Amino acid sequence: MTYLADVVALTRKDLRVELRGRDTLPAMLIFVLSTLVVFHFALPDASGDTAAYGLLWVAIVFTALLGLARAWIPEQEHGVLDGLVLAPCDRSAIWLGKTLATLAFLLASQAVALPAFVLFFEPLDTTALAAVLLADIGICAVGSLMSAMAAAGRSREVLLPLLVLPLAIPLIVGGVGAAVSEDGQRFLLFLLLYDAVFAVLSWASFEYVVTE
Amino acid sequence: MIRGRGLEKRYGRKRVLPAMDVAVPERGFTVVTGPNGSGKTTLLRMFAGLTAPTRGELVVGADRSQLGYLAHEPLVYRELTAVENLDLYGRLYRVSERRERIGMLLERFSLWESRNERVSTYSRGMTQRLALCRALLHDPELLVLDEPYSALDEAGAALLDRELQALSGIRTVVVATHEPARLAALATQELALA
Repeated sequence: MTYLADVVALTRKDLRVELRGRDTLPAMLIFVLSTLVVFHFALPDASGDTAAYGLLWVAIVFTALLGLARAWIPEQEHGVLDGLVLAPCDRSAIWLGKTLATLAFLLASQAVALPAFVLFFEPLDTTALAAVLLADIGICAVGSLMSAMAAAGRSREVLLPLLVLPLAIPLIVGGVGAAVSEDGQRFLLFLLLYDAVFAVLSWASFEYVVTE
Repeated sequence: MIRGRGLEKRYGRKRVLPAMDVAVPERGFTVVTGPNGSGKTTLLRMFAGLTAPTRGELVVGADRSQLGYLAHEPLVYRELTAVENLDLYGRLYRVSERRERIGMLLERFSLWESRNERVSTYSRGMTQRLALCRALLHDPELLVLDEPYSALDEAGAALLDRELQALSGIRTVVVATHEPARLAALATQELALA
């Protein structure tokens, strides 16, 4: 219960910081909408829905990357990460709180982006929506860890895509597969497995990322 | 409370803390002095467990819940208010009667009036006073303070003097400072880094 209370306190803090600073969510919203608009005009009419689904995943991954790049900025200011690391809570709670907050921002951006996608391109069925949700969980779980690693270095903007994009490729494969394949359930299962494995790995290894 | 043997810290080839032995007695008041770049901050970060020595052995007789650390940075969120920051840390440190403790510290450090303002609107001195509240929030056994007087005006410095006086002899205190004369009456030992 104490662990959950810590996670709740840390997530609520992140949401509050974002509500005040408005640094992350507006940037994600503008990015994902403008990307979809550009894709709408760039994609030839005869391209079909397969290409459109592919572009949706490009937009999702890069929007998540934008959110992840900013995820640890409040902790970098005033050295707050040291303060959190010194607190006697389980350090994985810091990672989980950040992952949940980033997931909330990503879901909020998609609450606008997905209807826009349907408007510009193709309808999304429940399998595609489930794939988006599972991929969001996976990319936020692994991305929060990678973002913390990148934040420790000086070239965060360069390092983060190098760390996250290779790990996001299975999510893109699973997400596009779930949307276009006739056997979408198999791809959902694959995404679920990815989430479980990488969430556990990230949860267990966060402590070693933030301590010397 | 703290015992270190052959402690040394290097970043690559650069040695930021020369090999040294250190012993901080329980309930002692240790003043760490030395010029800029002598390794005071590195040594204090080692005591706090934020940096590991490259060589040597360090034993600190206090776990994270018993340690209060004041860094160069205030370790508080700019977009949160003083109360919100202290409440977050109070929860993470499992401070009992959190609200009362937060209120008492904010009163004591003259931040009560501005308790609901965001830290980003605070002056450097007010932020430092809030950082002191954060370090003292859970009434730690071991208090490690890195340049606590920096940015404080005379009134703030006097508040800190009183606080340290009250803690001396009942808590273990380690303070890095460029003003050792200010703490001469409280110090039980001085650790001079070259």
